[in-house]
Amino acid sequence: MTSETILEVKEISKAFGGIQALSNVSFRLHQGEILGIIGPNGSGKTTLINCITGFVHTSSGKVFFKQKDITGQPPHKIAHLGVTRTFQVMRPYYSLPAYKNLIIPLFSPRARKYGGWRGGGKLGDRNTVCIDILEEIGFERDSFVPYKLASALPTGYLKRLELARCLALKPEVILCDEVFSGLSASEIASMIPLIERLQMEGITLVMIEHRLKELFRVADRVVVLNFGQKLTEGIPEAVMEDERVKEAYLGSEDLSDYV
Amino acid sequence: MTLKGGDVRQERIDRGIKVRTGGIYAVSSWKEIGYLLIPRLVLIVGLLILPLAVTNLYWQRVISIVGIYALLSLSFDFLTHFVGLVSLGGAFYVGVGGYMAAILNTKLGLSPLFTIPMAALGGAAICTLFLLPCLPLRGVYFSIVTLMYPLITARIIEALNILGGTDGIVGVASFPNRWVEQYSLFGLLLLILFGLRRLVNKDIGLVFRGIKDNDQAVKASGINITHYKAAAVFISSGMGCLGGAYLVHIYMWSGISQLALDFSIIPIASTVIGGGGTLVGPVLGAFILVPISELLRAFGTLRIVFYSLILMAFIIFRSEGLMVYAQRKYHQFERWVKV
Repeated sequence: MTSETILEVKEISKAFGGIQALSNVSFRLHQGEILGIIGPNGSGKTTLINCITGFVHTSSGKVFFKQKDITGQPPHKIAHLGVTRTFQVMRPYYSLPAYKNLIIPLFSPRARKYGGWRGGGKLGDRNTVCIDILEEIGFERDSFVPYKLASALPTGYLKRLELARCLALKPEVILCDEVFSGLSASEIASMIPLIERLQMEGITLVMIEHRLKELFRVADRVVVLNFGQKLTEGIPEAVMEDERVKEAYLGSEDLSDYV
Repeated sequence: MTLKGGDVRQERIDRGIKVRTGGIYAVSSWKEIGYLLIPRLVLIVGLLILPLAVTNLYWQRVISIVGIYALLSLSFDFLTHFVGLVSLGGAFYVGVGGYMAAILNTKLGLSPLFTIPMAALGGAAICTLFLLPCLPLRGVYFSIVTLMYPLITARIIEALNILGGTDGIVGVASFPNRWVEQYSLFGLLLLILFGLRRLVNKDIGLVFRGIKDNDQAVKASGINITHYKAAAVFISSGMGCLGGAYLVHIYMWSGISQLALDFSIIPIASTVIGGGGTLVGPVLGAFILVPISELLRAFGTLRIVFYSLILMAFIIFRSEGLMVYAQRKYHQFERWVKV
């Protein structure tokens, strides 16, 4: 693994009214790694992604992508640079068939510049590319699933569709907001090779997860958040041994405190 | 639902011919070509013989006005159901297009042949420019702000006595004859209708529809939604301005009554009646509603009561809209199946 920093978050803070959602969170994302972000509910994980991708303005702090300051840029500019995200609550275009959902990212300036496909010819090149991407992400090419309306797809496929939307942009970084949540154990088992393949293709991933066991199978490093502050970071095994992490997740280990 | 034979539900299945004509195989038989062409031909031929069929002088004027309302309804349906911007600024578009055509005609002496396209494009540019600040707004907030535009403009013209003030601009040239007026209007209406239908199914149209479904996801796809919203407003307001320019040349006069809320509200009613999201529905809606409104003039002040009753009946008994209903009957058959 190279240790070149692709994304750097420097002392980000965000307050919603009186609630301090993030305070002075900093971390570096190395090129090609999978970084897990974990923490109990309300610890600021999704806010962190929103701040990085420009969906929420930070109160203070900076975000650098390849040494370039991207703080405060609008979401579409950040996506144009190659920093893409999925949404925790899936946001497909419900009125369109699954494969047509990908036309929209393929139509973006970034996809047209870096995609390597010309797109939009008379034979519907973009449609073909859509089906290709969906197959890559686990939709069965010859089945009717890619042609179904997004509103009729089950959660597992919608999560994949979220990832597919990022892939259509030829991303450098994907920030995944709980892609495993709501999936069955077998569905996750089929997602994990997918994540590993994305990493092998050179995409850097940040994964917010509650499913720690599955996350630790793929993550190289883990950052732990609690009440908007970074508790610790490190390799998964070391992080889970940390007393503060155990306390954040399980409450105090020592029950005698309460007795 | 429970019937004699036990629990049943209604099942809708696409007709085989509909499924077959969805692809390029549609050209394989006359029957299938007919299936695709007949509804379109009915509309086209219907619109083209309408000016010939109407002989009464009063109704000839009405069908020109209907054409303008049809344009406005189309513009409303496109912006609402394909971009997700519910604009109540129809009257503003008509006013801008109308005043622009009137000024170009009376001050520069240009003929309607030039003033109408110039007013449509120039007016669309002006409308888009004025609406730019409200493009980040969503839902009802956008509607309310756009509703303010025609109201404010009318009051400004009145108070500052500009653009002819309450008298308006008189002496605008009319069309050479009613055939030019009606056929050019209906021709443009058909052209725009079929053009828009193509547009919304093209890739760029999918981006518009994506903005309606989920603007956050479009942003996350690296697309600047403000650009696309502005483009959609340009298209939509261009149709309104085109209608306004026609109106001014038909009435040979431009005034603040072109900023009346009728132009904002009637398109909504025709979209409800015709079926939103079908594009052709609102056009038909306008062709039903506006003549009804004229017929009811016989009732004097009670007119609005009957008008409201008809609207309410449509909303209660055919809330999906006529075209949605008709398309369903045309493309699908229904049967009752046991559960």
